[in-house]
Order: sequence, then C-alpha cells, then structure tokens
Amino acid sequence: MIVCKDISVSFGAKGKDGFHAVKNVNLEIEKGEIFGIVGPSGAGKSTLVRVMNLLQQPTSGQVLIDGVDITKAKGSQLRQVRKNIGMIFQHFHLISGATVCENVAFALTAGGYPKEKQRARVEELLQMVGLSDKIDVYPQSLSGGQKQRVAIARALANTPDILLCDEATSALDLESTEEVLSVLRKIKETSNITIVFITHDLDAAKKLFDRIAVMNKGEIVEVNDTYSIFANPQHPVTKMLVNRNFELDVPDFVADAIQADEELYKIYYVGEKAYDPVINEVAKRFDVDVSILHGKIDYIHRQALGILVIKVKGKDDIRKEAVQYITDHVYRLEKLK
Amino acid sequence: MLAETFEILQRELGKAVIETIQMMAISMISALILGTLLGLLLYITSNQMFVKQKVVNTVAEVVVNVIRSIPFVILMVLCIPLMQALVGTNIGPKAAAIPLSIAAIAFLARLVDGAFREVDTGVIEAALSTGASLPLILRKVVFVEAFPGLLRAFTVTFVNLIGFSAMAGLVGGGGIGNLAIQYGYYRYETGVMIITVLILVVVVQVAQNFGDFLAKKATKR
Repeated sequence: MIVCKDISVSFGAKGKDGFHAVKNVNLEIEKGEIFGIVGPSGAGKSTLVRVMNLLQQPTSGQVLIDGVDITKAKGSQLRQVRKNIGMIFQHFHLISGATVCENVAFALTAGGYPKEKQRARVEELLQMVGLSDKIDVYPQSLSGGQKQRVAIARALANTPDILLCDEATSALDLESTEEVLSVLRKIKETSNITIVFITHDLDAAKKLFDRIAVMNKGEIVEVNDTYSIFANPQHPVTKMLVNRNFELDVPDFVADAIQADEELYKIYYVGEKAYDPVINEVAKRFDVDVSILHGKIDYIHRQALGILVIKVKGKDDIRKEAVQYITDHVYRLEKLK
Repeated sequence: MLAETFEILQRELGKAVIETIQMMAISMISALILGTLLGLLLYITSNQMFVKQKVVNTVAEVVVNVIRSIPFVILMVLCIPLMQALVGTNIGPKAAAIPLSIAAIAFLARLVDGAFREVDTGVIEAALSTGASLPLILRKVVFVEAFPGLLRAFTVTFVNLIGFSAMAGLVGGGGIGNLAIQYGYYRYETGVMIITVLILVVVVQVAQNFGDFLAKKATKR
C-alpha cells in the first residue's frame, strides 16, 4: 500500500514564494490496484508520481510504502526502495547506445542479479512483453510501442511491487497505446503488482484503471472508482474532463435555437436500466415531444454507461412532470439549457 | 633549388616527425586520461542528479577557463620553470609536451563536460529509478550515451594539438612545425614550408575523417 501524507512540492527559491506544483496531497493506494491520476496538463501529476520514488524530493510530507516512510531514505537505502518500484516514462528513456538486452540487463545489474543468469532473465521478461525477437537490436529500430514495452521489461526486471507510469501512453498512437495497455493488463493478471498511472488521456483511464484521482492545480479534487468518475463526476474539473472525453457537446447553434417551451437535458443510465422504454413511456404518458440529439454507450469495466442528449418540448407544467418522471427512471439527469 | 629542398627534408624531416609524434603522444595521452577525468569532474559536480559540489565545481571551472584563456605562446613561456623541474631542460619535444599537455587537458575537459551534458537527463532518471548506483550509471549510461560525442571531442583536441605543436617550434620544441618555421620562414625555403604544411594538412584531414567515421559508427540513434 502506498500512502501519501500531506505531500507538497514547491519549486523556486526557498523561503520565497516559489511555484507550488503539488499542494497537501493525501492519497491511499491499495495493494494490487491500478490507480490512475488524471488531470489537465500542469496539474502536478508527474511531480506527484516522481515523489513516490523520490526522483523528486517533496518539500514537505511523507510517502509510506507498506508503512515505511521512504522520504528519508538516502544512498543504498534509497536504491533498495527504488529497486522495488519500477517506472516507465512518456519518452521511454532507453539507453540509445545499448541493445534491448543491455537495456534490460542494466536494471538487473543495478538489482544485483547474477551476471551469468541475466540473459535468461532478459529473455523471460521480453517474452512477457512480446518482444523475444528484438533482444539484440538497438532501440532506434523499434516503434514507440515496442520501446515502451522494452521500458516495461526494464522496469519489471527486479520484480517490483509497484510500477509507476508517467504518461506512458501519451507519446503513442492508438494502436501502440492499446499494445502497451494490454501488456499492462496481462502483467496485472499474472501478478499482484500495484500500478500507479499518470495520464491526461481518459480513454486509457477508462480501459485500465480501477480507481481514479483527479488532480488540478496541484491538488487532488476527487477520488473515486473509475465507473463512478465517469458516471457521476462531482468536481467541475472532473466534469470537464469526462465531458470532453464523451464528446457529447451540443453545438452552440443547436443550443441557441431552443424555444421557450423546450429544454435540453443530458441523461445518464447505468447497467441494465434500459433507456428506450423511458423515452417511449414519457412520450405516451405526457403530452410532450422528446427528441434525441446525441447519444452513446460506453463500457467501463464491462459495465454499460449510456448517455443521451434529449430535447423535451411541451407546456411548462406538463414538461416539468415529464422531466420528473425521467429523473426517477434514469441514473442521473443534467439540465443543459 | 629543388635539390636543396630535398636535401633539407632528407636531413631534417625524419627527426621532425619523430619529435612531433613524441609531443603529440605525450600530450594526447595525458589529455585522454586527465582531460576526460577533469571533464567528468566538471560534469558530476555541476549536476543535481549526481554529487552537486559547488566549491569543487567552481574551482575546476576557473582552472579550466584560465588555462584556456592564456594564449598558447604565453603558456609555453609560463611553463619554463615547470619544464626545468620535470625534464631538466626547456628545449626539445619532451619539454614542449608539458605546456601542450596542460593546454590539451583543459581543452578536452571542456569538450568532455559538454559531451556529457548532451546526455538526456530522462535516460539518467530512468536509470536512477532502477535503483542503480552512480558509478554504474556513469559507466553504463552516461559514458555509453556520450561516447560518440567523446570521440568527436578527442578528434577536435587532436587537431588542435597539431596546431599547438607547430607553435612549440617557436621556443625550440622541435617537430614538423619547427621545420616549417626554421627553414621555410627564417631561411626563405618556400619548398620546405609548402611540403611541411602539406604534411600537416593531410594529417589533420585524415584524423578528422577518421574521428568522424568512428563517431558515426558509434552512434546508434
């Protein structure tokens, strides 16, 4: 378990008003979960995750890993801590002058793995990430996704309990992203590793994370399970990120053309709650017109999340009753206009 | 005229070449060892990720910059007491090798520092995150990544030393450059001048091309 206690990181001159990248962050990350930290760029996500293996010293606060405060670790003690925490980066950071084998073996040497057994272990790790045939090539000849998989092999060389991923898919195209995510999922299935994943990409978040913390301007503004973050975002920043991800914005000219007897709503339905009957039922029971402007169904952890943008047209009081009926029969209703 | 040129060259060139090789070998080897180490010191003491040591770094910086800003001719004169102390004379290639070494060490140290700074800090961080020790990171990451740059730095230093070694002729250091000055300049033997300069041009060309070739071969990017 990783516990962040009151973590703050400021840059700039001591004592003066520097830039506060991370402000009083408290987090508990359970053993064996895939924990995501999302947020707009500049929110302090990377700084926070770098504190977890002390690539960044916090200005104040503590990081406890399985109850042990790592923030005071120095020298060989710090190296022991880091051996137990793998990390992968947005730009892979492989040694360009070393082969794939040498890159992975570097981590093994760092971890004190016996030299003569290293090649066998590298082969094993490359098999896990599906790159057995690339063992003796230089990183330059690999695609982005392949480089990142080598980086994963390197990060996991010393069988750490924790894997930190700093924007690990952000420099990759869709296909390579999927490649990397599926490797991570596979690793998760076969071990009880804890993964902390930083990203601004909510698509990756949806596919991979168990729980999500939303970060904005150095603060954690919301923590919840992935499904709830998408189905029922609370904080304005979360709402903005989720809405942007769903891409269900109604064009301005449509919203502006709303008449006095019309209203625009966004309705969310979850799991088995069918939505078609609700819309049908409303049209039957009340003297209103309901038209669907936009909609989609997303699957998060095999659970369906549906969203519809609807326009309800009718007399004020009847419309109000109709909307009440819809509210009672869907997961959530949000008035747009 | 032509016969005279050949006569001088036959008599003097062999000795001059040997003297140049001596000067170059001594100063190049000291630069490769001490210059690289000094460059490494400049790099690691200025870098947050290694052992940031402001005092050591400032001292090393000042030493390197002062040596580099002294004109080589003056440096040779300044080194006369040191030559006397070390080799007992201030003429000849061994004596001239002393200021040459000092200049080459400072010059290469600066270039080596620059080559190390070119290494992507992200790669070093990734290495740190595996729990690797600093010596291991220096050996297997910094040196490996900076290797093509180091080869280029060695090449530039070599070429520079050829120029400096010619200047050593001025204070009786001997060598090919000395031949050019003594006969070509002072005695108006234009033929000697042209041939010695041609030899230097060819050596520099070959060295530069060879260095570039090695650096290119070592680059895996």
